[in-house]
Amino acid sequence: MAILMNLINGISLGSVYAIIALGYTMVYGIAKMLNFAHGDVIMVGGYMAFCSMTYLNWGPVPAVLLAIAVCTVLGIVVERLAYKPLRQAPSLAVLITAIGVSYFLQNAALLIWGSDPKVFTSVIHIPSQRLFDGQLIITGTAVATVLSCVVIMIALSLFTGKTKMGKAMRAVSEDKGAAQLMGINVNFTISMTFAIGSGLAAIAGVLLCSAYPTLMPTTGSMPGIKAFTAAVFGGIGSIPGAMIGGILLGIIEIFGKAYISTQLSDAIVFAVLIVVLLVKPTGLLGKQIREKV
Amino acid sequence: MGEPILKVDDINVWYGSIHAIKGISFEVYEDEIVTLIGANGAGKSTTLNTISGLLHSKTGSISFMGKNLAKIAPHKIVDEGLAQVPEGRRVFLQMSVAENLEMGAFTAPSSGIAADLEKVYSLFPRLKERRRQVAGTLSGGEQQMLAMGRALMSHPKLLMLDEPSMGLAPILVEQIFEIIGNLHKAGSTILLVEQNAQMALSIADRGYVLETGKIVHSGSGSELLASPEIKRAYLGG
Ligand SMILES: Nc1ncnc2c1ncn2[C@@H]1O[C@H](COP(=O)(O)OP(=O)(O)OP(=O)(O)O)[C@@H](O)[C@H]1O
Ligand SMILES: [Mg+2]
Repeated sequence: MAILMNLINGISLGSVYAIIALGYTMVYGIAKMLNFAHGDVIMVGGYMAFCSMTYLNWGPVPAVLLAIAVCTVLGIVVERLAYKPLRQAPSLAVLITAIGVSYFLQNAALLIWGSDPKVFTSVIHIPSQRLFDGQLIITGTAVATVLSCVVIMIALSLFTGKTKMGKAMRAVSEDKGAAQLMGINVNFTISMTFAIGSGLAAIAGVLLCSAYPTLMPTTGSMPGIKAFTAAVFGGIGSIPGAMIGGILLGIIEIFGKAYISTQLSDAIVFAVLIVVLLVKPTGLLGKQIREKV
Repeated sequence: MGEPILKVDDINVWYGSIHAIKGISFEVYEDEIVTLIGANGAGKSTTLNTISGLLHSKTGSISFMGKNLAKIAPHKIVDEGLAQVPEGRRVFLQMSVAENLEMGAFTAPSSGIAADLEKVYSLFPRLKERRRQVAGTLSGGEQQMLAMGRALMSHPKLLMLDEPSMGLAPILVEQIFEIIGNLHKAGSTILLVEQNAQMALSIADRGYVLETGKIVHSGSGSELLASPEIKRAYLGG
């Protein structure tokens, strides 16, 4: 029963990583950049939900919607101000800018909310499920997290597979020049991708803070890095890869904590990543594209 | 002949400090096939990409059907009726054949797409058989057909083709040129960039010869084919 319990916790944590990793992977796919500030958008989402519930007495649903709205706009603004001017710049310059944006967001949060942790009240009001005569307890947060992850996955697959905008996104991520020759507005498409990724980060932030209720300006860093690892693990640029990578990472982390060592669990996570990349450099589902000339 | 539908007037294009196009001017009239020929690096692709709005000229102007293209956002140029089949095809390798064609119709009203798809499939039956396959699995010739079909989906008033014969076996080159000829007969106006000067000049109404960013010769297809200078430089004799 303990194994099952750990598995469920792993999938639940992994679902949060997966939602964050989707943002990393979509932005990487389209803008070919690692948006290191993505983790900090999670933190902003957490604070938005926290403030609206604590100071404005909003219910969980409007609080989550506000968090999504603010992060979506934040994603668009950051792309417009920090990354768009660097579209033609070497990737190292973009990477350093992203790190700069990350520190900017953390320090802005520090100025606004201070360094002492806030206690986040969970937005999820699903009772814990007791199965097998109470031997297996599944928290409401775990149920909500996994469900959100499944819904997001299905919605994103439908979006990229069936809608005109979603297909345009795939076209832009493959070849910006050719996409523009089709009459696709490349800048708008990139903006939309940042918007979606950041909106997802807000959802991840709220779910994460509901499961681990301390909120600080650095709250987003570690999950951000783990989710980035998950995206690489699954194959960066691949949406199903981000999903699988995230969930596997969560499971490995929880099993590592439970059966090997609490202190070493992060080291184990990264060790697994290194092994996967040695065996398959493109990640689990990453594609190697050979072009025909 | 009236007004040209495309009028390129004294354009100069730089890549950083490289001066790739040095003041060229030419025009295309309705219902013509006009070809731009020249050796590697002459500036043919640069010219097409400047017309398509991917690159910008520092001088002069490009007008299409009386409109100054500099005033139109690059992604709106397709909507004006200008489509390009880029060098190296550049189909979306991870998308299916049908999705590639849909992308070609990105600016077209969605109501007509189904009928246009059928038209392209009747022109290229191979594509119909493979419509669910991802484009990366197509052969070079099939990718060229897909790239051409994709451009036709936007109902272009002017179709620009950049080296459609590149890397294809002779029999496929014949086939592609036959298709270009048929499109022309069906009423398309075509601007054709080629290194295969023989083939290009034999189907073109007029041609321009580009050398290191400048137009050095121009004339009707048959005139250029007969010119000794052109024969020596581009026709291997
Ligand atoms: N992205 C680029 N950056 C710098 N220089 C470039 C770039 N693209 C082309 N050039 C230069 O501009 C000139 C014209 O290139 P262009 O691609 O237009 O030639 P082309 O006539 O299409 O040749 P080809 O037949 O080989 O396709 C060349 O000297 C080339 O080196
Ligand atoms: Mg070229």
